[in-house]
Amino acid sequence: MNYNRNDFDSNSRNTVIKLLIGAVLFIYAIQLFNLQVINSDYSGQADSNAFLRQVRYPSRGLMRDRNDKLLVYNQPAYDVMIVMHNTQKFDTLAFCRALNMDVLQFRKRLTDIQNKKLNPGYSPYTPQILLSQVGNKEYGVLQESIYKFPGFLIQKRTVREYTYPHAGHVFGYVAEADKKNIEKDKFYSQGDYIGKTGLERYYEPYLRGEKGVEILLRDSRGRIIGPYNDGENDILSISGKDLTLSIDMDVQIYGEELMSNKLGTIIMIEPKTGEILCMVSSPSYDPNSLIGRQFSTAYSALENDPYKPLLNRAMNGTYPPGSTFKPAQALTYLQEGIIEPPTSFSCNMGFPPGDGHPGCHGHYAPLPLVPAIATSCNSYFAWGLMSMLNNKKYTNIKEAMNKWRDHMVGQGFGYPLGVDMPDEKRGLIPNSNYYDKMYKERWNPFTVISIAIGQGEVLLSPLQICNLATTIANRGYYYAPHVVKKIQDHQLDTLYSHPRYTKIDRKHYETVVEGMRQAVTGGTCYGANLPDIEVCGKTGTAQNKGEDHSIFVGFAPKDDPKVAVMVFVENGGFGAYYAVPMGRLMIEKYLKREISEQDKWLEDKMKNTKILKNAKV
Amino acid sequence: MRKSNVWEEVDWFSIGLYLLFVIAGWMIIYAATYDFDRTVIFDFSQRSGMQLIWIITSIIIGFSILMIENTWYEFFALWIYILVMLLLIATIFLAPNIKGSHSWLVMGPMRVQPAEFAKFATALALAKIMSTYQFNLSQGKNMFTVAMIVLLPMALIFLQQETGSALVFLAFFLVFYREGMPGAILFTGSAAILFFILEIRYGEVMLNAATPLGEFMVLGIIILLIAVLLQIYSKKDNSLSTFAWIVLSVGIPAAIVNRFYPFNLCWAAWAALGANLVYMLVMYFKERKKCYTWIVLFVVCAVGFLYSVDYVFDNVMQSHQKTRLQVAFGMIEDPSGAGYNVNQSKIAIGSGGFVGKGFLNGTQTKLKYVPEQDTDFIFCTIGEEKGFIGSIFVLGAFLLLLYRIIYLANRQKTTFYRIYGYSVASILFFHVAVNIGMVIGIMPVIGIPLPFFSYGGSSLWAFTILLFIFLRLDASRNNRA
Repeated sequence: MNYNRNDFDSNSRNTVIKLLIGAVLFIYAIQLFNLQVINSDYSGQADSNAFLRQVRYPSRGLMRDRNDKLLVYNQPAYDVMIVMHNTQKFDTLAFCRALNMDVLQFRKRLTDIQNKKLNPGYSPYTPQILLSQVGNKEYGVLQESIYKFPGFLIQKRTVREYTYPHAGHVFGYVAEADKKNIEKDKFYSQGDYIGKTGLERYYEPYLRGEKGVEILLRDSRGRIIGPYNDGENDILSISGKDLTLSIDMDVQIYGEELMSNKLGTIIMIEPKTGEILCMVSSPSYDPNSLIGRQFSTAYSALENDPYKPLLNRAMNGTYPPGSTFKPAQALTYLQEGIIEPPTSFSCNMGFPPGDGHPGCHGHYAPLPLVPAIATSCNSYFAWGLMSMLNNKKYTNIKEAMNKWRDHMVGQGFGYPLGVDMPDEKRGLIPNSNYYDKMYKERWNPFTVISIAIGQGEVLLSPLQICNLATTIANRGYYYAPHVVKKIQDHQLDTLYSHPRYTKIDRKHYETVVEGMRQAVTGGTCYGANLPDIEVCGKTGTAQNKGEDHSIFVGFAPKDDPKVAVMVFVENGGFGAYYAVPMGRLMIEKYLKREISEQDKWLEDKMKNTKILKNAKV
Repeated sequence: MRKSNVWEEVDWFSIGLYLLFVIAGWMIIYAATYDFDRTVIFDFSQRSGMQLIWIITSIIIGFSILMIENTWYEFFALWIYILVMLLLIATIFLAPNIKGSHSWLVMGPMRVQPAEFAKFATALALAKIMSTYQFNLSQGKNMFTVAMIVLLPMALIFLQQETGSALVFLAFFLVFYREGMPGAILFTGSAAILFFILEIRYGEVMLNAATPLGEFMVLGIIILLIAVLLQIYSKKDNSLSTFAWIVLSVGIPAAIVNRFYPFNLCWAAWAALGANLVYMLVMYFKERKKCYTWIVLFVVCAVGFLYSVDYVFDNVMQSHQKTRLQVAFGMIEDPSGAGYNVNQSKIAIGSGGFVGKGFLNGTQTKLKYVPEQDTDFIFCTIGEEKGFIGSIFVLGAFLLLLYRIIYLANRQKTTFYRIYGYSVASILFFHVAVNIGMVIGIMPVIGIPLPFFSYGGSSLWAFTILLFIFLRLDASRNNRA
């Protein structure tokens, strides 16, 4: 046996070896602890390696008109996405050919995607939009060869499609959510769509639906292996809610046709419900031009158009109402007991105490209220306002002024009506403070006399003017005007189902209605006198720096009003020139669904007139 | 001669650990190659099914080894070694190119890697030679003999382009150390590896404008080692203080000058080294003590080594080896390039967290983010699915096995048995240390399997033979030869 004849200490060497083994494995244990317990980065990296979170976009809610005509729907569109991390060398030329894309453009897009400034949400592990909304043809070509381009994928989503090239202002448009949208609402992320204007924006929370997520497993070569956990962790997308609009699309289209080549607006409201039947704003645009990849070019063209086709004049613009304001004045005077229906005032081609200012036109005088409305006598309403402001029943002119203002606000002026569209303008109804500030407390009835005839400081949106017709048709109440009649699975805002009353008695309305009826049968609105429909109306001519604006406001039939209408033609001159005939045609169209033979010439004349003088309005 | 019953004497504890490892390995391979469509663990067209065959045959081989007469191993040790060496030589010429390696002998559907079997053969041969009467490793002639026995298979395997398997043979130096190789050799070898790593890792990092950090660190360590060696060997109080005076008188002015005119501090280190060398030569001529010449020799060799590393790195190493080293040392971060494997393996292990994702739930390994996940990178699957707990359990089990083998080796009364036992422990340790070190990003990427876990017939058979021969020898430790 040969055993231990060495001169070294085998025990200590044995210990050194054991210590070495122990030390190495201990260091490894520390490194494992560091990797697996302390450092939490790795699980995130592992997830972004292995899970591809494909957003499943819901389809937006549809829109139908009051007669169930489909107006707004969705079309499939395809976004080409890229996951930088997973790309490998590929045939750039073939890829660009499949997409019908320029190679330089493609390269630029690739660098842009990776530029954190342009694309703050960039990550090489998540899908980025390379090209949005490619057409069906390109989709087909690419889909066949996508396996040749690892790292690329096609994401299906939908874009808006419109049945008619009309009512663009009502629908609004949908576009990619911008930085602000994304910051404000966590729902949105880069590349999502959001309603930007009109109903698309107002009803965005209903229309957008809920996004879903499909979690897919992806291997190291970027190939999709299949759903993760049999899709149990997926979230299904939920489609947006459909809207039924109160718009009558036939009438809307007819209104837009009448308004073609003119600036202005036509609004019709069903008085009994406050439902907006049409909301024409001219010039208009084809909503189909603001979808898909041509959006930005089309948008900037519209934005730079001097006639401002993107502006919804019906509610996003304010104007002096002119004589259409007179019924509101009459009601105020009657309610305050300033005048009685028989009260007559003199007129001598102008308001006598104001040295003929404001001026008036030729008619018999003095005259009581009903004919004053029918002939639209300026002096009558100037007298009325003066009597009210000087009336001893108020402590001073300020109180009288504020009382006047309260009645105007009660009739729906001065504040937004609450229409279900964004950015409604409130207009302006001055009160005493306003004039105190404006005239440094030195003002009297003559200073403010222009407001008696709807000029001066008074500004109303066309929608508010139309709403005046509604309150008169209803003899004292209105529902907040609204465009949406029904939201799928949801209740409308109670704002639209509760009437709001003016503080004016019904009997005073009857007097004013009589005046407006006489205006049609034998006054300024004779042009609106339909043979078998009792139309009530009032013209207006709003003074303007350029040609005056032509306005008509009215309702029909007189005793069971089915429709209130407002026509506003910018630079159309006297109300009777354009607004009255158009109002006639609109009422006829809505109530009878067709235009009678004898009115065809009128229709042609209106459609073919071109008033586009004052482009800088 | 009293013969004991093998089944009573054999170390069932080690066998139990062995069975634990192979069965756990089988499950892990099943998990690592788990496919969404094919889920049968016994499917023999799958890796897990094949591994089951390797495991069963390995167990048969293992128990056959236990039944063979213990004296045969000692008797045939050199013959086995010679046979395997011939096989290695033949492999160089016969093996086809498989992923750049010429180490596989292909016979029809079977593939055998002789390099795996060279380990136990070399262990047997070393044990045989080193247990001869009056064999002493402190004698240069004997050291040369055993070094040759180790270097021959190493060289042959290098020629097969299997760098990782070749490096495994370095593990035998641990055995030599245990058996009396001068500690200086292990010391020099470790210092060389340390210097190599420092020089490569920090060679391009600058300490100040003009000083390469790697070079400066190595020179600094050499100076420190001089102090340590002086302290141990010169046994004269004032030699260390003289050394300190020299270093300070060079170091302080250098530091002051550097404050205003930064210069290459290696020059200062050179000056300190040179002054010390002169001092030690003077001391040698005064006292005629051998230790001074040894220290001088060490310093000269160390400095020479330091400057040849650069040369080797730049001119000798192949570019892929250079990149692997650079990635292993964290010098280049390139997740999609050479560092991809290590990076993905760290992600997989790190994402396992404390308790792991659960059996078959590891996404990184399933989706093939980790390369070689059932062979060299199999520890990733353990880390991902079993978490920190599972990883530590495996590390602990290996530690237990290694200590057990060392314990068994130490209780042998026969030198042959003991040396063989230490060889088994050293080889297993080298594999575990390099393999796990690689997947957790501590070691360079050197492709060697994790014993008993990694997929593969050759390596499992070879490890089984390696271990069971020792268990067979241990079972007859009380036999009188």
